Amino acid sequence: MASPRTIGGIIAIAAIAGAIAVAAMVWRPAIAAVEPPAPQSFDSALVKRGRYLAEIGNCNDCHTVRGARDFAGGLAVPTPFGIVYSSNITPDPETGIGRWSEAAFRRAMQSGVDRDGRHLYPTFPYDHFTHVSDEDDRALYAYLMTRRPVYAPARDNELSFPFNQRVVVAGWKLLFLRHGTYQPDGTKSAEWNRGAYLVEGLAHCGACHTPRNALGAERTRAAFAGGDVENWHAYAINSQSPATVPWDADALFLYLRQGWHPDHGVARGPMAQVVSNLSEVPESDVRAIAVYMADVSGAPTPDRKRRGEDVLARAASRPTPQGGSGDAGGGAVYAAACATCHGGDRAPPFGGIDLALSSAISGPDARNAANIVLSGIRPREGERGPIMPGFADSMTDEQIAALLSYLRVRFSDQAAWTSTAEIVRDARRSQNALLQISPAPRNAPTEATKRDKP
Amino acid sequence: MMTLKVNGHDHQVDADPDTPLLYVLRDDLKLNAAKFGCGLGQCGSCTVIVDGKAVLSCVTPLVLLEGKKVTTLEGLGTIEAPAPIQRAFIEEQAAQCGYCIAGIMMRAQALLQRNSKPTDAEIRAELELNLCRCGTHMRILRAVRRASQLMQTADASPAQGRTP
Repeated sequence: MASPRTIGGIIAIAAIAGAIAVAAMVWRPAIAAVEPPAPQSFDSALVKRGRYLAEIGNCNDCHTVRGARDFAGGLAVPTPFGIVYSSNITPDPETGIGRWSEAAFRRAMQSGVDRDGRHLYPTFPYDHFTHVSDEDDRALYAYLMTRRPVYAPARDNELSFPFNQRVVVAGWKLLFLRHGTYQPDGTKSAEWNRGAYLVEGLAHCGACHTPRNALGAERTRAAFAGGDVENWHAYAINSQSPATVPWDADALFLYLRQGWHPDHGVARGPMAQVVSNLSEVPESDVRAIAVYMADVSGAPTPDRKRRGEDVLARAASRPTPQGGSGDAGGGAVYAAACATCHGGDRAPPFGGIDLALSSAISGPDARNAANIVLSGIRPREGERGPIMPGFADSMTDEQIAALLSYLRVRFSDQAAWTSTAEIVRDARRSQNALLQISPAPRNAPTEATKRDKP
Repeated sequence: MMTLKVNGHDHQVDADPDTPLLYVLRDDLKLNAAKFGCGLGQCGSCTVIVDGKAVLSCVTPLVLLEGKKVTTLEGLGTIEAPAPIQRAFIEEQAAQCGYCIAGIMMRAQALLQRNSKPTDAEIRAELELNLCRCGTHMRILRAVRRASQLMQTADASPAQGRTP
């Protein structure tokens, strides 16, 4: 029989061993600071490739506050656990990554650990970036280290306990982070493999389009089954896609490349920045992404294909509706405010999409449609693109809800939406919040901002 | 038949609920300041103020206007007594052909009513929705700034809803 003393000893040893194990799991060493490398020390071809890769990675979207300096961070990213602010990834030595070596940058991409050894929150999608090759990390590093340094101290995250403890992130990684560079599938084409490498890695499409579990990790078994981001729904882009006309590689390519497709409409919400970036990268990479994603969503069933063709044929010969009575004014609003563009004979981008083709109407909830009706569509600064006026100032929440309910019934064969009124109210609230944060931050340059190019 | 409140007056309007406000203003009420430009809500020349907010009257059907107050440029001032926004546009000679200007003045007026001292960036962002093909943009910006100053002075408070 063991004496209390022996038991105490065993417990003590177990505790120490446990502490060591936890420390080993959690602790990461700092990587020595370097003198900021001179921009001229990077090969210009490498920098250029890094720029393309950064656009595929959509880095500027999270790391730039609209209207402020590129890559200076500070953007509030809402998560279910609180607000995480993006970091400054310009080569500023004090507040950016100017003193990071390439090894430190690569470790952040692969393991989500900063130069000081702190665990980064997975808002930075290193669960995808871990698949990026060393070679591509080198190009990204070269690109970022040759940007204009911006002094912009990090903002403190607004997370509640225990999520404000970075040690928690180590546990998250243990559960959900699967290391390893992308391994090509020998049975598929080189183009497919290139697409898979980009989609699963740098382009991190699943970060929005895959649903997340209670701990904020992607549910890999439901890959691309649709997710939520910034009060928008990121549609399912697997076989569950709500698109009326099934996507194929050609349609995906055009949509990703030019930002709209006549059978699918205009990329909006968080997707707008994605397509804006993809308009500038090598065409072959966009094609590869399209080929891979078309394979992920699979060939449509003959039934679904036929339905899409039927709707397309009907859309070409749709009479302009007259306002009905029993729809709380939704039909009259559609006839007067929407049908001039959406029921006309001009196809996108000069006319509006026939709403029977729009995923915003056939999607699982009314969020995206509410966002679009409220704020409309504006081209991104300095770019060409379709325009739709917003109706936030001319319609009440009730009127928009009535309109959306009408559109759902009239233009889709899906079940009616529920809680449309609440969704419109939330959409207006989040839009107002966005408007307060975004226009013209105080430190914004007064001249038109141009994206830095090497 | 519905009652439409425009520039402080109630008008009985006999039109379908899906009739755009612009048609009623121009055809029935003979208020011709708001212009038909594109009819698709893309150019802004039809802009009027509804309950303090700039609204594109060509894509705003009557059914949305129950109980709301519409203000057109005619409701701001007259030739004899122009409102500050009108004075400012005249003094800066901000119109060339003038087709877009009524809409621009209305959107600027709505901006100045909620933000009496907008920054240049705020004025530009607000007017982004209104197109001008003559290219008097710099004069338009000056006129909005001047209107903002005029409205600061006591004798020139915004005269919303005044009888034309």
